[in-house]
Amino acid sequence: MADLRIKIGSLEFRNPVILASGTCGYGAELADFMDLSQLGGIIVKGTTLEPREGNPYPRMAETASGMLNAVGLQNKGIDYFEQTIYPQLAGYDTHVIVNVNGNTVEDYVELSSRIDRLDAIPAIELNISCPNVKRGGMIFGTNPASAREVIAAVRKVYSKTLIVKLSPNVTDITEFARISQEEGAEAVSLVNTLLGMAIDARTMRPKLSTVTGGLSGPAIKPVALRMVWQTARAVSIPVIGLGGIMNAEDALEVIMAGAAAVQIGTASYIDPRTAVKVVRGIESFLSERDFDSVSRIGGIINRI
Amino acid sequence: MMEKRVEDLAVTGNRRVGEGIFVIDLVAPEHLPEIMPGQFVQALVTESPATFLRRPLSVHDVVYSSDTISLLIQIAGPGTERLSRLKPGEKLNLIYPLGNSFTMPVKGEKVLLAGGGCGMAPLLYLARRIVEAGVLPEFALGFRNRSRILQHGEFLKLGPVHLSTEDGSEGYRGFLTDIPAFREGKWDRVYCCGPEPMMKAVARLCRDRQIFCEVSLENLMACGMGICLCCIVDTTSGNLCSCTDGPVFNINNLKWQTSV
Repeated sequence: MADLRIKIGSLEFRNPVILASGTCGYGAELADFMDLSQLGGIIVKGTTLEPREGNPYPRMAETASGMLNAVGLQNKGIDYFEQTIYPQLAGYDTHVIVNVNGNTVEDYVELSSRIDRLDAIPAIELNISCPNVKRGGMIFGTNPASAREVIAAVRKVYSKTLIVKLSPNVTDITEFARISQEEGAEAVSLVNTLLGMAIDARTMRPKLSTVTGGLSGPAIKPVALRMVWQTARAVSIPVIGLGGIMNAEDALEVIMAGAAAVQIGTASYIDPRTAVKVVRGIESFLSERDFDSVSRIGGIINRI
Repeated sequence: MMEKRVEDLAVTGNRRVGEGIFVIDLVAPEHLPEIMPGQFVQALVTESPATFLRRPLSVHDVVYSSDTISLLIQIAGPGTERLSRLKPGEKLNLIYPLGNSFTMPVKGEKVLLAGGGCGMAPLLYLARRIVEAGVLPEFALGFRNRSRILQHGEFLKLGPVHLSTEDGSEGYRGFLTDIPAFREGKWDRVYCCGPEPMMKAVARLCRDRQIFCEVSLENLMACGMGICLCCIVDTTSGNLCSCTDGPVFNINNLKWQTSV
């Protein structure tokens, strides 16, 4: 049996398959369909200091091979998370990672330092790439100076594994990956959704209340794959690849492009068991090809 | 927690019941889990390149003795068009049962099931369960015209049916809220499912008379499992998911019932 374990900083994951934030709730929603302990980890939904209602309905539009969303980080805030959600998560036999959001650097810092105190959360994913909020989010992730400022500030207060989630809505994503590495992040995850929009020609209205939203699904996989490949060559910290991974073959491609791990996002809506199927698919690929570990195929396209 | 499944069901029947409207019968590979009236399924559409997401569909009927679940489908785009062409022997993958359910009445209550168009899909199974609980429901069903009337015979088996058509070609002329039996009846509970203007009119009538009323909403959904937070409903408790907190809501909890 091939060794599926991977390491992000000092944190070891059972395998390289992680549920992506915003598409797995707090885990329980998908635990109806699969055993979460079969996964490398889960990144629970985007959390902010204060409760947020998100954007008005409609927030979703189906597109060719994908979907747009404009949820806008609806969540009940960190107090509710600590009191109600966290005690349930603490029992999961997989790494539970929180996706951290804020309007200001101070928000990110305060939230990260509070999560630093939660023993059962071994890592955070710093979200500087949400395209659906008016303040914070992608504004940090598309300006190099702002990105540097927020990552450096969070690094000072956060002692565990820090992953920075990058936006694809930039000219050169590797610049933001380098900044993340320089400021002490253990890994980068990419890509968040691509900014897009949809119009209903019959009603002559935008399909989303916010007009624009984030595109996900297989439609974005070639873009994600390209950015993972570029980034993995530009930095030495691990790259966690996501964007349109629907099955094990897609995940293998992202790993072969240079990702140390992958996240399963929108695919869980189509088949809530996707992540477990991806783990099994990677395992059988490695066995069939006589690879003794998943790390053997990481970035393999650059070597053969 | 109720049991939820994702599995292939076998298509055993597909019949046209109206203009662009079909009833599809599906048999589960094992015994069906308990399905409550008002719950829905997420159907995986294959061989339709334009369809990416699953399609949420109300449970129209359930027959436990044959492990059969029936869905009422209206062609609204390429996804439902593909579903309408399902043939016996094909499989349909469902995530089910999803969502909450209607609150059941108690014996002695006077119950009206109000609906129209293909939105009335969940009312048939609801009526069946109400009858099993020893309550005789009545129906107020509204359609555009006589040719649009759906499943009349099926509802008649379960209770008296009051019909309305907009052009008066069958039953009472007007909307279902104009039907005298609806307006004048002393209803303890009204359950409603149909087009949004119809549900709002029913909600207004029920609110004015302080009648218990539940409606089943049909919001745009991506996941159907309470994860994506796309199908939100503006309620007195903030944004709730129509897929997990609904699709059935008491009108007193909906913001729109106060604004109509």
